[in-house]
Amino acid sequence: MSGSPISDVRRLEYRNVTMRFAPTRGRDVLTAVRGVSFSVRDGEVVSLIGPSGCGKSTLLSIGSGLTAPSEGEACVDGARLEGPNAEVALMLQKDLLLPWRTVAENVMLGVEIQGMPLPERKQRAQELLSNFNLAEFSNHYPHQLSGGMRQRVALARTLAVDPHVLLLDEPFSAVDAQTRIVLQRELAQTLQRAGKTALLITHDLAEAVTLSDRVLVMSRRPGTIIDEITIDMPQRDNPIARRHDPKVNDYVARLMDRLDIAHASLDQVPAGDAA
Amino acid sequence: MNGRSVVMRRGLAASVALLLIFLAAWQWGPGLLGVPSFIVPSLSMVAVEFVHAWQVNHLLFHTSVTIAEVMAGFALGSLLGAVVGYLLGMSPTAEFALSPYILALQIAPKVAFAPLFILWMGFTVYPKILVAILIVFFPVMVNVLTAVRNVDPDLINLARSFKATRAQIFWKIEFPTSMPPMFAGLRIGSTLAVIGVVVGELVGGNMGLGYLLTFGEGQANTPMVFVSIVMLTAVGGLAYLAVIIVERHILHYLPARGVRGDF
Ligand SMILES: Nc1ncnc2c1ncn2[C@@H]1O[C@H](COP(=O)(O)OP(=O)(O)OP(=O)(O)O)[C@@H](O)[C@H]1O
Ligand SMILES: [Mg+2]
Repeated sequence: MSGSPISDVRRLEYRNVTMRFAPTRGRDVLTAVRGVSFSVRDGEVVSLIGPSGCGKSTLLSIGSGLTAPSEGEACVDGARLEGPNAEVALMLQKDLLLPWRTVAENVMLGVEIQGMPLPERKQRAQELLSNFNLAEFSNHYPHQLSGGMRQRVALARTLAVDPHVLLLDEPFSAVDAQTRIVLQRELAQTLQRAGKTALLITHDLAEAVTLSDRVLVMSRRPGTIIDEITIDMPQRDNPIARRHDPKVNDYVARLMDRLDIAHASLDQVPAGDAA
Repeated sequence: MNGRSVVMRRGLAASVALLLIFLAAWQWGPGLLGVPSFIVPSLSMVAVEFVHAWQVNHLLFHTSVTIAEVMAGFALGSLLGAVVGYLLGMSPTAEFALSPYILALQIAPKVAFAPLFILWMGFTVYPKILVAILIVFFPVMVNVLTAVRNVDPDLINLARSFKATRAQIFWKIEFPTSMPPMFAGLRIGSTLAVIGVVVGELVGGNMGLGYLLTFGEGQANTPMVFVSIVMLTAVGGLAYLAVIIVERHILHYLPARGVRGDF
C-alpha cells in the first residue's frame, strides 16, 4: 500500500457521534452531524471531505475534546474523551499566532502551558524551526512573516507538544497555490517521519488524495459518512510525486461524483452558514 | 523609509512654523486688535507673571501638588478600571447585572461629584484624587471589557486544546490581547485625570494649579490665570507622554503605524 507502518491500533475513533446545536433565534434545533462512526489507525492519514456546513469542523472539535457530542462518543487510544487530551493537537486555517510572542515563543506555547521547563522547550522549538527552515526567523514577530511561513510556524507549534494525533482543519486553504504544494510536502514528510496519525479536513480534492491513506466523504447536513475510499498509491510522503500519477485524477473524479458536485447548485449551500 | 523621512522633515518644519506664528500672534495680536491686557495679556506679560508666580506664589509647589494628585488618581483609577474590566469581561452574568448601573455612572458627569467629595473629605488632596479616579476609571474599564469580550474564541480553544487552566488562558491569551485597547484607554485617562484634579482644586482647597487659577481670578490677575492654564496643559502633556513611552515599550511588537501613528 503506501509503505507507511500503519498498525491496527485505533488511535482516534468516533462511535455513533451525533451533534445537535440548540435552537437560536429564528432557527430550529440544528443537527450538524448524525450517527458518524469511523476510526483512524495508528500512523494513518485520513481526509474528511464534504460540502460546506456538513459538520466537518464540528467533528474535529469533538475529536479534540473541546466539544462534547450530543450522542455517541469520541475515543483516543480506546479511552472516551472527556475534555482536551494531551495526545491530540489541533491546527486550523487561521494560524492563530500570538502577535506579542516571537516565532520561537509561539512554537513553545503548547509545551509552555503543559509545564515543560524553559531550556527543554527552547531546544524543542529550535529543532522544529530548523526542520521547517525557519531557524533564522525564531526571534521575528509573526507580522514580519509571510502567510506560508506563519502557517509553518503554526504547524511547528502543533508538533511541539508531540501529539499522537493531529487534527488539521483546512490548514493550507488560506495560502497561495504554490506555497500550498510546498507546505503539503512538508506536512506529508513530517507525518511520515514521525509516524503521526492525522485527520485532515480539506476542500481540495487533490490534496485529500495526495496526502492520505483514506478519504471519507460526507453528505450534506446533517452530515453522515457516505463513502470511504482507500487511496491505493505509493509514496504518501511525497504528494508532488503522487500528483504526477494519473490515478490521482481517477480518485478525484470519483470523489467529485460522490460529492455530486456536477449537480450541486450554490443555493444548496446555506449562505452565511459556513463556520 | 526615504519618503517617510521627507514627510517627517517637512511636517516638523511646518509644526515649528505654526508654533512661531501662534506665539507671535499672542505677543502682538491683542495690541493690534485693541484687546485690553486684562482680557488677553500678551505673551511677554504672561512670561513675566510666570517668573513672579514662581518666586512669590510658589508656582512649583502648586504644580507639584497637581502632578502628585494626577499621578495618584490616574494610577488608582486605571488599576481599578482594568481590574473591574477583566472581572466583568470574564463574567457575562456580572456584566449583565451591573451594566445599567455602570451606564448610569458613566453618563453622570463625574466632575459634578467634586463638591460632594469636598463635603465628605474637606479641603484635602483626597477629593481631587477621588474625582480623578472616577473619571479615569471608565475609559480604561470599557476598553478592557470590550477587549476581553472580543478575544478570538479560536485562540481560547487553542489554549484549551493544550489543556490550559483558566489562569493560563488569562495570562497567556486574554491579558496580552487586551493590552493595545487598554493603552488606548490609558491615553484618554491620562488627560481626563488632569481635568478631574483641576475641577476638584477649583471647587475648594488652597493647593494646586486649580487653586492658583481661582486665586488669580479673584485678584483679576489675568496673566496668572494664563500661567495656570499653560502649566495645566504642560502637566496633561507630560501625563500623556508618560503613557506613550510606557506603551511603546510594552507594545513594541506591533508593526509601526505610520509617521506619527502615536498621536
Ligand atoms: N456553536 C455552534 N452553534 C450553532 N450552530 C453551529 C455551531 N457550530 C457549528 N454550527 C453549525 O453546524 C453546521 C456544521 O458546521 P461546521 O463548521 O462543522 O461545518 P463544516 O463542514 O466545517 O463547514 P465548512 O466546510 O464551511 O468549514 C453549520 O450549519 C454551522 O452553522
Ligand atoms: Mg469547517
